[in-house]
Amino acid sequence: MSEGLYSMEAKDYDKTLDLTKIKPYGDTMNDGKVQLSFTLPVPAGPEAEEAAKQLLKKMGFNNPMVVFQQQLTEGFCFMNCYGSLTHTVDYSSIHVPKVESDKMDMHECDEYIRQNIGRKIVIVGASTGTDAHTVGIDAIMNMKGYAGHYGLERYDMIDAYNLGSQVPNEEFIAKGIELHADALIVSQTVTQKDVHIKNLTELVEMLEAEGLRDKVILICGGPRISHELAKELGYDAGFGPNTYADDEASYIAQEMVKRGWK
Amino acid sequence: MEKRVSKVGLDFAQVDHAREVAGRIAQQVQDFVEGYTTVAVERTICRLLGIDGIDSNEVPLPNVVVDSLKGKGLLGEGVMYFMGNAVLETGKSPQEIAQDIADGKIDITQLPMHPEEKIRTALDKYINETVAKIRARRQRREEYIATIGEGSKPYLYIIVATGNIYEDVVQAQAGARQGADIIAVIRTTGQSLLDYVPYGATTEGFGGTYATQENFRIMRKALDEVGEEVGRYIRLCNYCSGLCMPEIAAMGALEGLDVMLNDALYGILFRDINMQRTLIDQYMSRIINGFAGVIINTGEDNYLTTADAYEEAHTVLASDFINEQLAFAAGLPEEQMGLGHAFEMDPMLTNGFLYELAQAQMLREIFPNAPLKYMPPTKFMTGNIFRGHLQDALFNVIGQWTHQGLQLLGMPTEAIHTPFMSDRYLSIENAKYIFNNMRDIGEEVEFKDNGIIKNRAKEVLGKATQLLENMENEGLFQALEKGIFADVKRPKNGGKGLDGVTLKGQHYFNPFIELLKGKK
Repeated sequence: MSEGLYSMEAKDYDKTLDLTKIKPYGDTMNDGKVQLSFTLPVPAGPEAEEAAKQLLKKMGFNNPMVVFQQQLTEGFCFMNCYGSLTHTVDYSSIHVPKVESDKMDMHECDEYIRQNIGRKIVIVGASTGTDAHTVGIDAIMNMKGYAGHYGLERYDMIDAYNLGSQVPNEEFIAKGIELHADALIVSQTVTQKDVHIKNLTELVEMLEAEGLRDKVILICGGPRISHELAKELGYDAGFGPNTYADDEASYIAQEMVKRGWK
Repeated sequence: MEKRVSKVGLDFAQVDHAREVAGRIAQQVQDFVEGYTTVAVERTICRLLGIDGIDSNEVPLPNVVVDSLKGKGLLGEGVMYFMGNAVLETGKSPQEIAQDIADGKIDITQLPMHPEEKIRTALDKYINETVAKIRARRQRREEYIATIGEGSKPYLYIIVATGNIYEDVVQAQAGARQGADIIAVIRTTGQSLLDYVPYGATTEGFGGTYATQENFRIMRKALDEVGEEVGRYIRLCNYCSGLCMPEIAAMGALEGLDVMLNDALYGILFRDINMQRTLIDQYMSRIINGFAGVIINTGEDNYLTTADAYEEAHTVLASDFINEQLAFAAGLPEEQMGLGHAFEMDPMLTNGFLYELAQAQMLREIFPNAPLKYMPPTKFMTGNIFRGHLQDALFNVIGQWTHQGLQLLGMPTEAIHTPFMSDRYLSIENAKYIFNNMRDIGEEVEFKDNGIIKNRAKEVLGKATQLLENMENEGLFQALEKGIFADVKRPKNGGKGLDGVTLKGQHYFNPFIELLKGKK
């Protein structure tokens, strides 16, 4: 009883997992089921439904289904849709570059630095360029930290300097020289029109022009930053969503040891 | 008796009165039930005698045996009488005799009859084996709970329904790892109308998976594995409503199921099964479930998917009273009565949440020891998965607040498809968040005198009492004919399965009733 609505679809496709051809999983291997929500700039109605189905087909979905539509305001229709994706990807050939260091918590990090470097390390961080957001750099640097991960200021063996937001690249570099920074951390939150790319690239070029690039560990972080992107732009490492101060501290400390810095 | 305190201002004298009326209604039914047997009850006895397997046409051997009696017009004398005699005469086991009947080698109605007192003890060995086996299953569950533990109430109850038992295992284990306490394997469309139980592991089904003994075994093993892994006993639920109610209950008892849908009226109302047939069958099935320690679920929630949830709330309460009394008549303890109700009011109803809260708290107080089964919104789930997730959240708030026993988790994709693995994850996360974040709200908040909540509880109890009083005058059979529950009318001699009902004959006996009823 209360068996709900039945799925009466035949399931007569190959149900074995093949990592060279993976597709989404709903409740059966290779069913390809995907849930989508979007708004079309047309009035709600059968034409809107048909338009959504045609779009789903162009996206590569079989059996497109519009399960809900709601006019948001005149001429805009919100829809919930389902379909079975025909596309596959080869999971076995995927290679994603990752930061290669062991993650340590704050106490382990401090102990590691004490044992292997023997002095406090200096880290300077800022949200640079026109970016006025401090949420990212504060999460990494401030004493309190974020989501249960203490910030770098709380580490016994780290001297952390948070320069705040809208710091021009020239000033950031000057401060780094003044404080004898071992590592520079750049936070970029605003990513509209790829403004962060331009700003991040400029910093690397300026450091190179002054002959300083290989004298600091240069890392960047933010919600749209991946390690792969950071490497492409000439940084040593990139930290994206769900990474915290301990990820960055662990990396910096281990990278310094790897480079033989004392 | 300890003093009962009501948070919703219930008049317990009125509750006691309603319960007495329901008890008399149930007694009328019971007086009828005890004079009859059915093909399903007799097949159940076959299974309890150890008869299993299928013939060359894939007909289950319990059907072969029972059909051979029914074909001769001797069903009313019962399987025990002829099978006991056949064992005395041939020296073979019931299983071997069933096989011989299937092969056309023997007609157990044509054998020389032994003295009746010998027949009555001829099958003791097989009976005792089965009783011991079911008891061991129960003890195994109790031991698991004592050693690895179980989730706290409300138990998180989710369904799997892929059609393929092996794919169901993947879904069920994923659900258990995400936090589910009970896994229900939904049956394939229409199984409740089959007058036999399919055999073996099955991989094809529509909207669900066949209930078979082998499928029970496969899922039990999978849940024991994952239960040990997550450190929580995971209960297995299936459905015995339909034409094979006591048979499936027996199979569940033998394979260690923990929860069974076992409503006295559901099959009548929603599957058009003949009312006499279902009421006779539910008696035997509940005796078995009671002995096996299985929590039964009743299906009052379904009333509200056809009738209006606000207007007809009292029919849910009235039916819970009757289901309770019929369960008592079958020896089933309160602690195994998963009496049903649901959160099904139109979400656009002003103060609907308050009415739902009043009713859930009222049921909690009227059935204080029953692990109430609370069903999520289904009727007003629209395909707007985001609003649906919120409706489920309000439902979860009430589940925790009023200490429901089994919380059947709503899915945001209700009314769209059987749940994806990700739907279950989101629903479990929803419930766990709310259960923890609001854990003791029920102990902190009191309700206003003469407010919306107390008045609603009073109104529903009053109407339910009146309905029960009317039903006592007419009897349950007439009430069902008039369409009192769920707006569905069913004639006493209509529906499916009536030809499988027969009066008990002079030689009839069923020792399992005596051995199992009200026992552990």
